[in-house]
This record gives sequence, structure tokens and C-alpha cells, in this order.
Amino acid sequence: MNPALQGLVTIIVGVGGCVAYFYFSNQILDKVLFPPRGPNAGRNINRAEAIRPWLFLFPAMAALGLYLAYPVFETIRLSVTDRDLGGAFVGGANYAQMFQEDKFWEAVRNNLLWLLVVPAMATAFGLLAAQLTDRIGWGNIAKSLIFMPMAISFVGAAVIFKLIYDARPEDVAQIGVLNAIYLQLGGDSPITWLTVPFWNNFFLMIVLIWIQTGFAMVILSAALRGIPEETVEAAIVDGANPFQIFFKIKVPQIAGTIVVVWTTITIVVLKVFDIVFAMTNGQWETQVLANYMYDKLFRSNDWGVGSASAMIIMLMVTPILVWNVYNARKEMR
Amino acid sequence: MDNIAGKKSSLTWVLHLSVLALVLLWIFPTVGLLVSSFRTTDQIRSSGWWAALFPAVQNETLRSADPDESRVLRDDGLYMVSGNLYVVDGAVDTPEDVVAEISVWGTSSRNIDAYVPGDTADLGDGETMTVEANGDYVWIGNDAQISGRGQRVFVTAESPPEFTLQNYRNVLFDPDNREGMTRAFFNTLTVTIPATIIPILIAAFAAYALAWMEFPGRALLIAAIVALLVVPLQLALIPLLSLHNSIGIGKGYLGVWLAHTGFGLPLAIYLLRNYMVGLPRDIIECAKVDGATDFQIFTKIILPLSFPALASFAIFQFLWTWNDLLVAMVFLIDSSGETTVMTRQIVELLGTRGGDWEILATSAFVSIAVPLVVFFTMQRYLVRGLLAGSVK
Repeated sequence: MNPALQGLVTIIVGVGGCVAYFYFSNQILDKVLFPPRGPNAGRNINRAEAIRPWLFLFPAMAALGLYLAYPVFETIRLSVTDRDLGGAFVGGANYAQMFQEDKFWEAVRNNLLWLLVVPAMATAFGLLAAQLTDRIGWGNIAKSLIFMPMAISFVGAAVIFKLIYDARPEDVAQIGVLNAIYLQLGGDSPITWLTVPFWNNFFLMIVLIWIQTGFAMVILSAALRGIPEETVEAAIVDGANPFQIFFKIKVPQIAGTIVVVWTTITIVVLKVFDIVFAMTNGQWETQVLANYMYDKLFRSNDWGVGSASAMIIMLMVTPILVWNVYNARKEMR
Repeated sequence: MDNIAGKKSSLTWVLHLSVLALVLLWIFPTVGLLVSSFRTTDQIRSSGWWAALFPAVQNETLRSADPDESRVLRDDGLYMVSGNLYVVDGAVDTPEDVVAEISVWGTSSRNIDAYVPGDTADLGDGETMTVEANGDYVWIGNDAQISGRGQRVFVTAESPPEFTLQNYRNVLFDPDNREGMTRAFFNTLTVTIPATIIPILIAAFAAYALAWMEFPGRALLIAAIVALLVVPLQLALIPLLSLHNSIGIGKGYLGVWLAHTGFGLPLAIYLLRNYMVGLPRDIIECAKVDGATDFQIFTKIILPLSFPALASFAIFQFLWTWNDLLVAMVFLIDSSGETTVMTRQIVELLGTRGGDWEILATSAFVSIAVPLVVFFTMQRYLVRGLLAGSVK
């Protein structure tokens, strides 16, 4: 079947199916199972009301259970079994094997580097942009331009930055901006930036910082707007200079939001895959966990080690997961 | 606020300049890609894209027309060849089309700036050559001199910025181009639209239940949604691929739609619940008193009122599915490559056409154009969704 037609059919079946499910399940509940009339009308209404939420929730719960909750447990199971041995339990063998690989430790080191640098830089730039654009006339235009990279795919951004890092032989004109500037500033010969071990990680991080700064800016900008004016006025009356106002009055008041931005970007960083995959594919010591995992799962076909590395990512996400749940529950009370 | 104490900050212009610098820094990379996609292969190879914004000074070696074919005998017994160097070169069709302006020229490679336009060069023994600024030339000499190959002319010319749509024609509209983006574009669209629409309705019903219905375990379910928000989808790849294979979906559109639906649901439910909780309680209670069922309240009141939140999520999901690489590679693209999406196609081009920036830049821009349009037209909803979606 033509994919476009298949898509149309899927939309109709999906949306129509949803509507039909909700409509008829409610009808059956009200008209057939527990009709609100006859001798048990009152009891029937109560029963129907107790069941109805689950009718509303069922499709979402089923999809979430199948597509997110079940895989977590299945991945745990896969990480302690060996597929070549017919799925036999092997305990920590996959983990032990993974811990012996240099590539794994390289990926862990790089992921930690990413974790240190990207959320900090993106939040800092976001805060800077939010503060600077806060009170100028064309602030909204400036914000929307800084925000724009959010819409660009990681792959698109990879192409954009590969053009910036491009290196040509010494005797022809450089078409990569970075090398052009480098030579202009007195560099000897063009550098292939993405192949310089250790530092190339930072050239990859710049891509994500570039994308995430807009996100940080939008959230922090809203937080800055929410600061009570009186606090700032009082500081000015007391003779505080703009820097003091910013660091001692404004930043402490939006500290909670800064943490939120920081943790959200941290999650993005932990899952970062496309950028590394498209730009270096983990060569020249730029491996990260998500790409390592993809390598193991789909190139080496080693489900055991691949799942084990996925569990490492899950493990690193868990503190933030717990923190988010804790905060969400606190807020609901 | 900063000038509340009565003094206007003297740093205002510094502020404006730093914002301008920040904005320029942030759009510079994208502009580079955009400009590159409108340049020809030769231009991209010979200079950086920033040079395209200014008139380019080029040194070229041109040649007059073949004398044996085009020379004419004059009354004074000398032969003459005339015409336009750029027309002979094939760069333009008529002398009127010439955009370059010759600043200096010469007839010897050791002395390429010997003459200015309008000068007549003496080539010895009465042989002469005159070149004008637009490349018109007259070459005069005797029978022996005006023969063989055309006279070489070394010109230094300045041409204004020049852009071409040819790259887009090649990438989008050339049916013979195996690496074209047209098929990938439609594949991406095929993935994106159902994957955006289907989760909305499912999530909306669940969000309504979580926001406005009382039942035991509600708080626990909300906590579970918040937890699932951050579960890395990497964990789901192998288990779900095995599942799809075992129930016969295999790799294909159905699988990728289901996967995107599942992965998008936590954010959808979370966003919509947060929004629906904020709707006024009175409306819902009034409707209940009037005898409306939950189903009616949901479809007639909640759904229309939640439009902004629905739009926010739709934009998020659209951007996410359009830009996605990993899910498509795992659940959709099989070895035939018939169902490749744009992100995958670009990664492949990065491997095979690493240096051909006209193809890469154009393909990348084709893929980011649609999200950019969506971004700029629907930015309001996107910002609102971001503010509601970040766990506070």
C-alpha cells in the first residue's frame, strides 16, 4: 500500500478508533452494565463513576506500560542474560565484560564531561540572554532568533557545525569559519578540529549548547519576569549596582527555575546520540554512552552489553527522576 | 527598572551591542548553511560562504575565439577577430549578460595586470589586442599571427554576489538523482503526521481523568507519568523491536507510529493535565449539575478550552518526530532503504559526500525548513508549552 494512503488510513483508524472506544465504552457502562435506573440506581451510579476513570485512562496506560514501563524491566532482564546462550541467566557477566572495554570508559568519561559542561554553559548563556533581552525594545526578536536552533534537528545542526569546522588543505582557501579565523590569527596550518582527541568533545558540545541555550533562555526569561518588582526597587534605593542586583537579588529568587532548567538539559545530555552519531560516530575518542549502546545493539548485535549500557544511562537518569517525582508530589499537595 | 533612581544607565548602548553580538553569534551558523545552499560547487570550493556576500575578485584565464573559424579580412589586409571573452568562455550567452567587471588584464602569465580596460596591447610585429571592461575584445594581426589557437587573456575581474537555485533543483526536482531528498521528505511527512495526531486524543482523555476525576491511585499515576517523562527511550529499543518482530509488525511505518505515540504520551499527558487542572472548576460543576456526563463535559467543554495546550503539544511532537533519527533508524528503516527519512539520508550523505557542501547544505536546509516555518509561525504555543512542561 502507498505509505501516504497507509498514513491516512492509520490516522482515520487511530483517531476514529479512539473516539469510538471512548464513546461506546461509556455507552456500555451507562446503558448496559450499570444503568442509573431500576432498583439499584444509586449503587449503579456509584459503580459507574468508579469505573469511568479507568475507561478514560486505559488506552494511555496500556501504551505507556507497553512502550516505556515494560521495556525498562525487559532491558534489566536482557542485561543479565546472554542471547547466544538462548537467553540463559549470566548474572553480571555482561556488566563485567563492559567494564573491561576501554571504549566504555571513554564513553563514561565523555558523558561526564558533557554533563559538566553542557548544562552549565547552556544555562549560563540562557540566563545571560534572558537578562540582556529583558528590557530592550527588540528583545522579543532577539529572543526568537536565539531560540530558533530549538527547531533544528540534531542532524541538521551537525551539518551546520561540520561546515564551521571544515578543514581544507593548506594551499587552498579555507571554507570553514573556524579555520579561516585560526589562520587569520596566525595559525600555522588548518586543523581538522573533530579529530583532535579530548578537545573534539568540546567542539561537539558546542552544538548542543547552541541548541539548548534558547530553551534555557525562554524558561529563565519567564522566571525573571516573575520576580516582584519591589525587591529590585528596594535594592536600587539601597544603592546596589546592576551586577549586585542581578547576582544577589534576581538569581537567588529564580534559583528553583535554574535547577529545573539545569536538570532538564542534563536529561537531554544523557540521551545525546544524534550529534555524535552524525559528526564523528564516536571516533577520535568522542564516544558517548548512547552511541556506544547503539554500536553494541545494532552493529555488534550484542544485546547483553548493549542493554547493560542502557541500564547505565537509566542509572544516571534515576536521581533526576526521583527528584522530579518528589517535587511534583510536593506541588500537588 | 534599572533607571528607577532617576539616572539612565550609561551602559544602554553596551547592552544593545552585546545583545546584537549574541544574536549574530547564534544565527551565524544557520546563515552559513543557508548561504552555502545557494552557491555553486565552484564558488563553495573556492571561497568561504561569507565571501559570497561581497563582490568577488577573481583571476581567470580566458581565450579569444578560434581565429581559423572566426577571423575576418579587413580592407587594410590584416585579419581581425572580435567578440566577448566571457561569451567565448561560455559563462554568458550575450555581452549584455556579463556581470563581471574587468579591472586589469594582460596577455602573459607573468604580467597579468599589464593593462587596464580600453588599453591596446602590442603583441609585437603589429599584432594588437584591445580588451574592454565587459570582456569585449578586438584582436588584429596578419595572416600568420591570427591563426592556430585563440589568444590567451589573463583578466582580473570583480563580479557581484551571485546565487543559484540549481542546488535545490538537483536535490528536490531531479528524478534521476538517487540521493535526492524528495522521497525522504515525503517519508518524513508520512512518519510525522500520524505520529503527531494519534497521541493527542489518547493523552487528552487520560489527562482529563487525571485532572478532574476522583479515584484511588490518582496521585500515584501522576507520579508515574512524571517519572516516565525522563526514562531514556534508549531502553525501549531492543525490547520493542523484538516485540514488533514477534507480533508481525516488523520494521515499518506502523511500528514507528506506535513507538512515537508511546514515547510522546508522557509529555502529552503531563502538559494537558497541567493545563486542564487550571480550567475553572465552576464550568465543570455547572455542567454536571445540568446533567452532563463526563464524556459530554470532556468533548463539549474541556477539549475546546484546551486548544492552546493541544497546540503546544502538537508542535512539540511534530518537531520531535520530524527531527528524530534514532527511532526511525530502529523501527522504520529497513535494509532496502525505501523508507529512509531525511535525517537518515543526511547522515548517509555526510558519509558519502563529506566534502560536497552544495549537496549537504541544500539537503540539510530542505530538512530544517519545515520546522523553522512551524517554529516562527507557532512560537507562541511552543513557548507556552515549554513553560508548562518543565517540572517546576
